[in-house]
Amino acid sequence: MKDLSLHILDIVQNSVVAQATIISIGIVVDKKNDYLGITIADNGNGMSPALLQRVMDPFTTTRTTRKVGLGLPLLKQNAERTGGSMDIKSVEGRGTDLMVVLKPSHIDCLPMGDMAGVVAMLICSYPNINFKFSHRVGANEFAISTPELKEALDGLPLNSPSVYPLIKELVSSNLDELQIGELG
Amino acid sequence: MTKVKSLADLKKMKETLQTKIDIREKGDASESLVQIKVAMATCGIASGAKAVMEFLMEELDKRGIQAVVTQTGCMGYCYAEPTIEVKLPGKEPVIFGYVDNKKADDIIEKYIKNGELVDGIIPTNFESIDNK
Ligand SMILES: Nc1ncnc2c1ncn2[C@@H]1O[C@H](COP(=O)(O)OP(=O)(O)OP(=O)(O)O)[C@@H](O)[C@H]1O
Ligand SMILES: [Mg+2]
Repeated sequence: MKDLSLHILDIVQNSVVAQATIISIGIVVDKKNDYLGITIADNGNGMSPALLQRVMDPFTTTRTTRKVGLGLPLLKQNAERTGGSMDIKSVEGRGTDLMVVLKPSHIDCLPMGDMAGVVAMLICSYPNINFKFSHRVGANEFAISTPELKEALDGLPLNSPSVYPLIKELVSSNLDELQIGELG
Repeated sequence: MTKVKSLADLKKMKETLQTKIDIREKGDASESLVQIKVAMATCGIASGAKAVMEFLMEELDKRGIQAVVTQTGCMGYCYAEPTIEVKLPGKEPVIFGYVDNKKADDIIEKYIKNGELVDGIIPTNFESIDNK
């Protein structure tokens, strides 16, 4: 993957396939402590302890179109290369929590990429899933969720044409502000 | 155009949008929409599916084409990612492989607008492929 936003898009597909109805994505940046944390939590089908144990091994997948699952091992590798880690907790029938820690100062740390685009794309293309997104940089935080957006759109469906660019702009202008706040 | 920075801004923008959409959608059932699925498994995303999906969502809207763009799991053509499935109203779905923005532009202008075939169709005898 070219950047972390694409990893997040990919990991969220696992939650979608696991039939989650609520998916939370949280990003925390703490430059002072050289810390970048990403959490993805869902209320999908979860994994059995046996599957969970095998899941970091690139030869594990439950998909039928190809034998090898790559999404989780790739992200784990990219986290560990920076001196960070990846951790998964999952309960069958309850859901899955994924936690990734990276060290942003490390030369191998991938850039964030187009997080606003990824968030807007997920929200607009899965209108029946309740997404919660939050991004914290130092003391400042931006948060947005599917229900809030639905309310603001007042009946106009999230997947109707022209809505995606608006939501992307809403998210990206707020994320830009977080960055500026951090520098100032 | 004013920048959308808050939910309140979004609400305002929505009013102007609504009229545009009402006009377009008169007499339109979803059966008459172009339906596009972008394969978004790890293999697709790693080879650029997100950029293609974004291009399609923005350009179809700008060019006034009524379409629904959705994501789907791996369609099983990992060697030809990014792949997309395009279903024109009343036609069988067609799968295109190795789609980048230029190919997507071709697909919009030639296949979607005029029904002309373009390169990169993956031959298949399939029932429409949904998630896995
Ligand atoms: N959030 C989740 N809920 C339930 N099961 C999960 C979740 N995430 C991963 N899994 C299980 O772990 C397996 C491995 O996931 P991984 O993303 O590594 O590969 P994949 O999704 O199978 O294929 P790929 O990501 O390469 O397209 C999945 O097939 C699925 O069974
Ligand atoms: Mg996956």
